[in-house]
Amino acid sequence: MSGDPIYTEMIIEYSRNPSNFGKIENPQIHRHDSNPLCGDSIDLYVNIDDSKITEVKFDGKGCAICMACTSVLTEMIQGKNLDDVKNFQKDELLAELGLEHLIKTSPVRIKCALLSLKALKYGIYSYFAEKMNDVEAAGNLKEEAASLY
Amino acid sequence: MQSSTQSLDTQCRSDFPVLKRRVRDDKALVYLDNAATTQKPIQVIDAITNYYKNHNSNIHRAVHALAEESTEAFEATRSKIAKFLNIAHSEEIIFVRGTTEAINLIAYAWGRDNVQKGDIIVTTEYEHHSNIVPWQVLTQETGAELRYVDIDDNGELMLEQLDEHLATGKVKLVAVSHVSNVLGTITDIQKVIKKCKDAGAKILIDGAQAVPHMKVDIGNLGCDFYAFSAHKMLGPTGVGVLWARKELLENMKPFQCGGDMIREVHKQETTWNDLPYKFEAGTPNVADVICFAAAIDYLTEIGMDNVRNHEIELTKYALEKMSKVKGLVIYGPNDTKKQGGVISFNFKDVHPHDVATIIDKNGVAIRSGHHCAQVLMEKLDVAATNRASFYIYNTKEEVNTLIDSLEQVAKVFKL
Ligand SMILES: Cc1ncc(COP(=O)(O)O)c(C=O)c1O
Ligand SMILES: [Zn+2]
Repeated sequence: MSGDPIYTEMIIEYSRNPSNFGKIENPQIHRHDSNPLCGDSIDLYVNIDDSKITEVKFDGKGCAICMACTSVLTEMIQGKNLDDVKNFQKDELLAELGLEHLIKTSPVRIKCALLSLKALKYGIYSYFAEKMNDVEAAGNLKEEAASLY
Repeated sequence: MQSSTQSLDTQCRSDFPVLKRRVRDDKALVYLDNAATTQKPIQVIDAITNYYKNHNSNIHRAVHALAEESTEAFEATRSKIAKFLNIAHSEEIIFVRGTTEAINLIAYAWGRDNVQKGDIIVTTEYEHHSNIVPWQVLTQETGAELRYVDIDDNGELMLEQLDEHLATGKVKLVAVSHVSNVLGTITDIQKVIKKCKDAGAKILIDGAQAVPHMKVDIGNLGCDFYAFSAHKMLGPTGVGVLWARKELLENMKPFQCGGDMIREVHKQETTWNDLPYKFEAGTPNVADVICFAAAIDYLTEIGMDNVRNHEIELTKYALEKMSKVKGLVIYGPNDTKKQGGVISFNFKDVHPHDVATIIDKNGVAIRSGHHCAQVLMEKLDVAATNRASFYIYNTKEEVNTLIDSLEQVAKVFKL
């Protein structure tokens, strides 16, 4: 079946061989999140140095969409400035995998696609608000995360 | 319904309006999620419309014409169920919201007075959450112990474990499903009941996946409690049945208190109404109970043996074809003599939700997930499975569409 709007070669490939798969011991950011409907369950680990993301990994289990999106997210934020990552939008992530249409076509599967971004936003929120005691820098990341389905 | 020389699906399919639906990219709907809930024939849909158009009234309370008609129709459903399941005393039939509420009713109204510290309650690895969690809560509250009968590699209960539990002499209740909603395994219920009787333990049967699909003779089973849901047998949502032996019901305290379930209320004390009303507090789901009768009529006309035979034929056909799909693993007995019209399966390395999404594009509705049976998922060592489940209106052509779709999955994931 060619031209499947979801299960492209790229998504299948990522789901088989996820990027940055693994664990960081004692990371600066660690966030677990799950999607009860699908059974997706991931842990996201991030290290930061001088406001830059120096290392990012994830582990867990999930469907192909979740695995592919989480892989791509980790690739996209690696080495980036934390301030840029704070403003990272879901459309950028979805576009990378050609999944923008999920917002309209599948209110169920969009949750799989955005689980990692939700974990990341919550993670950065906790980093600023709780670890750095900088509520201002944390901004409305928490609300933003909560609105990601 | 049409003539009976045709296959069951041809006879009845046109009675189900929703089966004419087209879904996704104008694909014919192939509805294979019948273990979750079945579709409704026009006879049932008409019955509910007719009730609200012509009879709507509260029951058991007023003497006006509509109230009398509604009360009579409501009680007629009770009698129909009694006949359908060979129950001699229709007052042993309690209307509830569904199987879940029936089991919870027993856990509260019977459990709280009959289970104590040191007692044992037995359930099984293939139960729905609704036949596990109420017992967890009850045993935690009372200090009793919850034990399990495990399943073997064929998805069948290892009944020697039941013997071991019963041999302790401490088992108060055994709660087991008649047919597993995930594996389709049919429990050897006669054997289980005999073991429980011999050991003096009470036995509750979750018949949610049995009553809709095969002949069940509650009058001759010899169990103590039996529960099922109307919506899984062509009936409406929001109606279920708890059957229990009269002596047990008479000695139980009410589950909920309010209107209808009382005889006399004084400032400090109340006497309970007779069975079954003692357990039916408040205005019941009158409309849905009444239209449930149309579902029972429908199944009675078909005959439950024909329902079962149709499902055997479809399941056999599907099992055979599925065994040839690359990378597909089937769970459960894989034997239609031992299983209802339910098939659980997975593809190696492919998440069930990805499977369901791909085949949904062809209009095929199956269920993927843990099926409210996480204890079983743990046993099978999977997060979730795919489940196809059949009913009277499903056809071999629909099974073919399922198989074609599954082959697409294998292709997309290069299995
Ligand atoms: C075996 C079994 N028990 C109990 C239930 C719960 O039924 P209900 O949701 O109608 O209360 C189901 C329904 O999924 C079931 O399949
Ligand atoms: Zn998912």
